[in-house]
Amino acid sequence: MLTLHCPNCGVHADETDLHAEGEAHLKRFGPNSTDDDFHDYMFQRQNPKGVHFERWKHVYGCGKYFLAARCTATLEVFGTYAAQTHEPPQAIKDAITAKRPGWSWGDFS
Amino acid sequence: MSNAVSTLQGKVANGEVTVSEGGLRGMITFRGDLANAKLKSVCKSLTGFAVPERGKASSNGDKGVAWMSPDELLILVPHAETKAAIEAIAKAMNGQHYLAENVSDARTHLKVEGRYAREVVAKLAPADLHPDSFHVGDFRRTRLGQIAAAFWMTDDQTFEVICFRSVGGYAFDLLAASAKAGPVGHF
Repeated sequence: MLTLHCPNCGVHADETDLHAEGEAHLKRFGPNSTDDDFHDYMFQRQNPKGVHFERWKHVYGCGKYFLAARCTATLEVFGTYAAQTHEPPQAIKDAITAKRPGWSWGDFS
Repeated sequence: MSNAVSTLQGKVANGEVTVSEGGLRGMITFRGDLANAKLKSVCKSLTGFAVPERGKASSNGDKGVAWMSPDELLILVPHAETKAAIEAIAKAMNGQHYLAENVSDARTHLKVEGRYAREVVAKLAPADLHPDSFHVGDFRRTRLGQIAAAFWMTDDQTFEVICFRSVGGYAFDLLAASAKAGPVGHF
């Protein structure tokens, strides 16, 4: 069972209270971008085995988005944080480093 | 104006834990900046309660206020006063960025009362309702079975539950079945 702490309403929400909203920290390429950039934004995902960053929506609760750092192989959750961030907070990165030294994900490590 | 009728017209399922439909209840979805002084004062004047802290609700009889999300409150007033309450909000919030919508007739209000009311609800929701974790005054939006619902406790043996009107019958039957099945004895 996966439970995530919603940083918006402070609830430890069960997976069934939430909706997975795909990968976190996507940079959007919209109108006037190149086809390659748009293609990558639209289709290319990290899809790692291990440390991953995801967007979740507390759909049965407060209805707000948040981001979560977890391990796709073990379901271990390293932490959750506000969706209004461009990269994971240092505390989250530190928590991951403590458990998974040498991790990297996209531009983050 | 049309004659307002509550979802189940006061249906009751008696038992050691009684599930009843609470009848017509005035409910207003009130969104805005919860730190806004005007929002705070109109909330207080309508319900008698201050804006609750995160995850809390205050209620007394037909009046109350619940924290729905970081920018949303649920205002509870007697059904007949809903229109006047929205007008009062409009007057107080004039010029501010806000939303106030009468959702009274889009909702069903249920009551679960009895010795093991806590377990009746806990069996249906993926929420920690242990007496050490969920107290009188706490408010939780979550699931009951297959539907979205919210509930809070007004005393140690009473839950107030709200859900969408379209699934009010399901919620009532679900809670009544859970009550009939008896306590688990976990808490």
